[in-house]
Amino acid sequence: MVNSNNTKANVLMMKKLLVFTLIMFVFGYALVPFYEKFCEVTGINNLLKPDVSVNDKNWVDEERWVTVEFDANTRGLPWQFKPLQRSTRIHPGESITVMYEITNNSEREVIGQAIPSYSPRFLDKHLKKFECFCFTKQVLKSNETRQMPVQFVIEPGLPADINTVTISYTFFELPDGASTIKK
Amino acid sequence: MAAVHGDAHGHEHDDHHPSGIMRWITTTNHKDIGTMYLWFSFAMFLTGGTLALGIRAELFQPGIQILQPELFNQFTTLHGLIMVFGAIMPAFVGFANWQVPLMIGAPDMAFARMNNWSFWLLIPAATLLVSSFFLPGGAAAGGWTFYPPLSTQGGLGVDFMIFAVHILGASSIMGSINIITTILNMRAPGMTLMKMPMFVWTWLITAYLLVLVMPVLAGTVTMLLTDRHFGTSFFNAAGGGDPVMFQHIFWFFGHPEVYIMILPSFGIVSEVIPTFSRKPLFGYSSMVYATASIAILSCVVWAHHMFTAGMPAVGQLFFMYATMLIAVPTGVKVFNWTATMWRGSMSFETPMLFSIGFIFLFVIGGFSGVICAIVPIDIQVQDTYYVIAHFHYVLVSGSLFALFAGAYYWIPKWTGRMYNETLGKAHFWLSMFFFNLTFFVQHFLGLAGMPRRIPDYNLQFADFNMISSIGAFGFGMTQLLFLYVMINCIRSGEKAPQKPWDGATTLEWTHLPTPAPYHSFEKPPVVQ
Repeated sequence: MVNSNNTKANVLMMKKLLVFTLIMFVFGYALVPFYEKFCEVTGINNLLKPDVSVNDKNWVDEERWVTVEFDANTRGLPWQFKPLQRSTRIHPGESITVMYEITNNSEREVIGQAIPSYSPRFLDKHLKKFECFCFTKQVLKSNETRQMPVQFVIEPGLPADINTVTISYTFFELPDGASTIKK
Repeated sequence: MAAVHGDAHGHEHDDHHPSGIMRWITTTNHKDIGTMYLWFSFAMFLTGGTLALGIRAELFQPGIQILQPELFNQFTTLHGLIMVFGAIMPAFVGFANWQVPLMIGAPDMAFARMNNWSFWLLIPAATLLVSSFFLPGGAAAGGWTFYPPLSTQGGLGVDFMIFAVHILGASSIMGSINIITTILNMRAPGMTLMKMPMFVWTWLITAYLLVLVMPVLAGTVTMLLTDRHFGTSFFNAAGGGDPVMFQHIFWFFGHPEVYIMILPSFGIVSEVIPTFSRKPLFGYSSMVYATASIAILSCVVWAHHMFTAGMPAVGQLFFMYATMLIAVPTGVKVFNWTATMWRGSMSFETPMLFSIGFIFLFVIGGFSGVICAIVPIDIQVQDTYYVIAHFHYVLVSGSLFALFAGAYYWIPKWTGRMYNETLGKAHFWLSMFFFNLTFFVQHFLGLAGMPRRIPDYNLQFADFNMISSIGAFGFGMTQLLFLYVMINCIRSGEKAPQKPWDGATTLEWTHLPTPAPYHSFEKPPVVQ
């Protein structure tokens, strides 16, 4: 059968390959910080970043009106979540603050994180947020109610055929001890 | 040669190993383990095929008739998982177990005990996958690619799937380590790397791909598991994670995986075609380099699965061109196979028919792959039946047809008996007909916009779906014929001649009696 010389070489080869396997397993995990760094450097994935400071002077297009509808959802957490106004009409370039209200209906403390989504989808290119409750996690004690602002501007660059846009937020429950959202 | 055969037969009776079931549980013989791999994968093939027929039965007519949407989703998910991890991959490992030691003149695999382990790990994994249908909430239902958030939100079935993938990954890695070590360290004297049969070469490269990407998959499913149960947020958007990142990491594994499933079939076809063309393989060294190039390129094209997930244009361009580049080494291979047949003294036994069928249909699948690689078209056909048609042309008429070719080609060597040539040819022609009936029309469905993984469809898709379903049932039944041909061959096939294929030149045909004795090449042959 296999002579001892060969067995030795085989075991050495197995060890090398096992080390390689381990390295690749670690590499899989290393892809996570690499991916985040890559997105940061290239500026992809900036959905949750405040885009401009409130002092920026924007040109306001007073000839034009855009209807902004507000939508609020929760997923899997015992909260009531609603905007204080269903919709509003603003000029592009004009900054506006809208209040949302959340109520924790349960008897426990719940941590939630809001994730925005927009209609039309490319609205994120023209929507600049100065302030948003979605930038941080929200901690609500049992039966607590909180009002939270979103301050934003829709840039005049919004295509002329868009007259109505929708800004939607969905709250997800954040597992205890999860890191806060990256900024 | 007859004398040699009689001698070997005498040897066979000297072997004493446990009999009955314990023989199979404790065996460390590469031939026994190869046989078990092949039977296991065939059982999984029938299981996954049954799920496919469930899907096609539901899609026979528009509307919901047989499977509720929840169950339909479980069927599509488990069909994919079982076929990829349970049928195609173990089948190729089965071929490697049988053939690699025989073709390089080694007495057995390098780590015989580990070999036994890597097979028996498959059984609990398959049990986890199949039994997950009976859990509350059913099996995993988010597609075989298990993208979050569906996979982070799913029920217990997803956990079963995660553990099954862990176990299958461990089994594959152990198998690959064994194959690499066997090929690199245990070749017969005189067999340099560039004299190895193509099948051995393709498996060497495949095994390297496996140890490269399987651990990454293991890491991915571990992240999924900790996201689900231990409060991490790798893919959980609410916790700061990113579901799109899952797709990147998954496809970093997933794309090399598709080449893991096709490279060994290139190897099988590269053995069969020279044999039945009675000419040496045309462009052997270019074949080796083409295989290696495909393997390397396969690691840098993963994001072509995600063109619609959001990506900068420069990223789309890179992945588009890199993907299209793979067509070059693949084209080299197809050219070489064709050139091998050119002016060869060809005969068309069943293995050759399946190999030619492989080339013909795999090229169609390859071309539709190049079409899918083009970003603007991909955005149109993403997640439609066009993609389904594309990857079934490369996986069914690619990998599976090559497996059939290999099974018919080597079964005389394994059992010492011939299969029924007429029935084998019938199996080929029926498979060919029903396969195309099933999948060719799916190109049209996809181009017309029918989405995949949906149990119902618009009325305009009704006719093609009915044709496809008829084809699928025909194809499924045809595979029972394959089972019959194989069992018939093993139990009562005609005695195979010493060298049933006169054009065969590899060691198992030239240096071993038929059937191959239980222990072969205890004294390594010398290769000139």
